[in-house]
Amino acid sequence: MPRPRVIPGFGLTLGTTLVFLALATLLPLGALVLKTSSLTWSEFWGYVSDSRAVSTYRVTVLAASAATVINLVLGVLTAWILVRYEFPGRRLLDAAIDLPFALPTAVAGIALATLTVPHGPVGALFTPFGIKIAYAFPGIILAMTFTSLPFVVRTVQPVLADLEPQLEEAAASLGAGPVTTFVRVILPELLPSILAGGTLGLVRSLGEFGAVVFIAGNLPFQTEISALLIYIRMDEFDYVGAAAIATIILAAALLLLVAMNILQARLYRRFHG
Amino acid sequence: MKRSLVLGLSVLLTVSAVAARAQQEILNASYDISRELFADVNKAFVPAYKASGGGDVVIKQSHAGSSRQARSILEGLKADVVTFNQVGDIQILADSKLVAKDWSTKFANNSSPFYSVHSILVRKGNPKGIKDWADLAKPGVSIVQVNPKTGGNGRYAVLAYYAAGLHASGGDAAKARALTKKILANVVVFESGGRTATSTFTEREIGDVLVTFEAETLAFANAPGSTFEVVTPSVSVLSEFPVAVVEKVAKKRGTEAVSKAYLNFLYTPQGQEILAKNYYRPRNAEVAARYSSKLTPVKTVEVADTFGGWDKATADFFANGALVDVLLKEIAAERVN
Repeated sequence: MPRPRVIPGFGLTLGTTLVFLALATLLPLGALVLKTSSLTWSEFWGYVSDSRAVSTYRVTVLAASAATVINLVLGVLTAWILVRYEFPGRRLLDAAIDLPFALPTAVAGIALATLTVPHGPVGALFTPFGIKIAYAFPGIILAMTFTSLPFVVRTVQPVLADLEPQLEEAAASLGAGPVTTFVRVILPELLPSILAGGTLGLVRSLGEFGAVVFIAGNLPFQTEISALLIYIRMDEFDYVGAAAIATIILAAALLLLVAMNILQARLYRRFHG
Repeated sequence: MKRSLVLGLSVLLTVSAVAARAQQEILNASYDISRELFADVNKAFVPAYKASGGGDVVIKQSHAGSSRQARSILEGLKADVVTFNQVGDIQILADSKLVAKDWSTKFANNSSPFYSVHSILVRKGNPKGIKDWADLAKPGVSIVQVNPKTGGNGRYAVLAYYAAGLHASGGDAAKARALTKKILANVVVFESGGRTATSTFTEREIGDVLVTFEAETLAFANAPGSTFEVVTPSVSVLSEFPVAVVEKVAKKRGTEAVSKAYLNFLYTPQGQEILAKNYYRPRNAEVAARYSSKLTPVKTVEVADTFGGWDKATADFFANGALVDVLLKEIAAERVN
């Protein structure tokens, strides 16, 4: 006798999922690819390999990578203190982590820019060292870090909460120091969730528009991101050009997500197989 | 009982039908920095329209970059009238048959009831000694302006630099190009819209100068407690603020008459006065004379004459791979070396 299921009917469930997926994701993405397909290969190449476009990929990917590295460190740390420590205001902090998701990104961009301009309350601290944040490259990293921070925290947090303290006690009783325990016992358990959170954050940063344009300065070849170039092409009523560049971003995101899934499956087999 | 219900219903329907006709609503899709202007215009228009026997009208506003508004309307935004800062953005709507083909002749002055010029906002005391466009090319001057790729405001700025170059050199295109390039090299922020550019300059204290519509620079310089001054350049590009009824929408909603009356109101002495108070340059000579101390006379060039119209200007300057793209590429290359 088959095990009773909570959600009825595999067929029904799969059908609903596929219809939803098709409407919410595949339809718009399909339209995007369809728009692009009206181009010949050489026209497509012309759009996506234009030096201005290439420099936007460089700015976007570099800033998104930097933001992801920062978020990996800060995210794991934040998840750690939220799970392992009791302190006043912990619940408040826990709730605040999701704020970047709730805040309209344009508001985030404007707020961050106001704080970090050379005369701003935060920017003034960096001015003596000749560091510019708003309207320069670090501003882009900051905006991307802000909007994608919750991903790492929220993926690592539950895994960390499930991690039995006995594991660490066992490691300690077998003579492992704190560093060895962290690197060889805790980190391997967390790694899949860190990777998942990091990839989601990276993909989000690649596509971030609202927060970045208000803080970047948008100088072509210096602080212009791909999402803005897509917007510029649309303002020229050049929808195909916009779609061509968008396809590149989309492909990069898809590639990242697939690679992450494969890597995660491997890690899982290595530690649990 | 039944009869009274029917009677009641029919009365209700009649009343609501009358109310629907009396209480009309139109949506004015406008450019980014016209919030205050149309708030004033609407306040005056509503009673004026009622006094002329037109009934009650509610005017809703929508503000965004003019090109973005055009795109929104193409994609389905139900605006009855458009008040833009770029001819091309109405032309796009005309090409899609939303606006009459001959829209620019439907109202006086190329359907542009008022105009403005680009001018320069500097910090109090003018520490960098800016007197005219050429001073923006000096090393060490940092400029905030709207991205010419995403806003008409930014496009007028670039055309003003070029026109200044032509004016100073007696029409030498190479010199105009060189001046434009030098000025663009001093831009530190290309903002996405007119109002964000202003707040970047005024509130966040970025840049030595802000280049934007005079309507914006004068409003901020004359605000109480202002720490800014306006430098009116010797020559500037006349920026038209074209208006049109979105006939396809207005016809469907039965708002053609009120939409037309609304745009005509902008040409009346009362409307022109409101425009001038908001630092836009009126077409009405009497009103213009009265405001000449505030709106310093300036030599203007027209896009149609100097740049061969917006289609040509767009192709020459702003299209993908046109002059602005070329200059920005050269500037970036030289900065690296």
